[in-house]
Amino acid sequence: MSEHTETQHGAAHGEHEHHVTPPIVYIVIFGILLVLTGVTVGASYVEMGVFNPIVALLIGVVKATLVILFFMGVKYSTRLTKLTVGAGLFTFLVLIGMTLSDYISRAWGRW
Amino acid sequence: MSDSTAIRHGAPEAHEIDHGHEHPPYQRHHFESVEQQADATNFAMWLFLLTEIMFFGGLFTAYLIYRNWYYPAFVAASHQLNIVWGTANTGVLITSSFTMAMGVYFSETRRKGWLVFCLVLTFLLGLVFLGIKTIEYSEKIEKHHVPGLHYSLNSFLNPDSDEAAKAAGDKPLPLDMARHTELYFFLYFAMTGMHAVHMIIGIAILGFMIFRAQAGAYTAGHVTFVENFGLYWHFVDIVWIFLFPLLYLISRHAN
Repeated sequence: MSEHTETQHGAAHGEHEHHVTPPIVYIVIFGILLVLTGVTVGASYVEMGVFNPIVALLIGVVKATLVILFFMGVKYSTRLTKLTVGAGLFTFLVLIGMTLSDYISRAWGRW
Repeated sequence: MSDSTAIRHGAPEAHEIDHGHEHPPYQRHHFESVEQQADATNFAMWLFLLTEIMFFGGLFTAYLIYRNWYYPAFVAASHQLNIVWGTANTGVLITSSFTMAMGVYFSETRRKGWLVFCLVLTFLLGLVFLGIKTIEYSEKIEKHHVPGLHYSLNSFLNPDSDEAAKAAGDKPLPLDMARHTELYFFLYFAMTGMHAVHMIIGIAILGFMIFRAQAGAYTAGHVTFVENFGLYWHFVDIVWIFLFPLLYLISRHAN
């Protein structure tokens, strides 16, 4: 809601207005992060076979996304910042993917 | 920081009197507007954080590969970590991220007292995190789980002699696999150590910021420094968000 008024305000000025995230957003995100920390600990005690690390990483990705979007304010930032963050994460995944494809296609775990 | 003084060297008097246009003292001359300056600084901070992601990413990739190669060693070694301390530290760090975010808010809304309060809380929570890490590290030193000449395989060859291994129901590992636990602890110390170095740098900057905030430097409209430090602090939090499940929570269920 406040996000809307802020955008209109900024548009009226014709420039990117500095966005002030209201504290309630921080409080809600803080609560969600604490709950997810509990969930990830609990999930690690449940036998899920190969899905244990996948679930742990998924919860980690959700937590990191919340931190990036709200605590770090990327949701309210300029397109340039959004593109920078996206391009950086994409490059990171490409680098990991290429490294892994090299390791997987060789004598796996035998040296 | 020195933003307000940096543009004044040369002829400070002339700068203040004979100045063609109106702008706040913290706006540098090569920017057209405060907004442009803030956007450019934000962009630069993110570029720095991306290099940090690549840096930690290398460690995470090494972890990923070795964990898949030597899974039994990683499970047994991970059982040596104290899950209570690990969870507590995650809570401490998330709370410090929250107080930092609130600090940015109070800087933006120009409330000096609350800003200083939030920065002090963040500072203290950072110290608590490092304190808990110290307790954990000293446990590892006592049990000779620090990679190097004095590394001991005892907890993995004779799990019944080790409380943590016994509680987790570990079975003795064959010698060649037990040796790979050293690799886990190498990665554990490299990753949590680099993370701790980032925390120490962050706490040092926070100490500096508390004095500057008391002088009113961040509550007069120029919030860039607090904001960008906030980005750094949250980034360090994100690294821990991934370190915690990967290092502490490998196969905690009965196996």
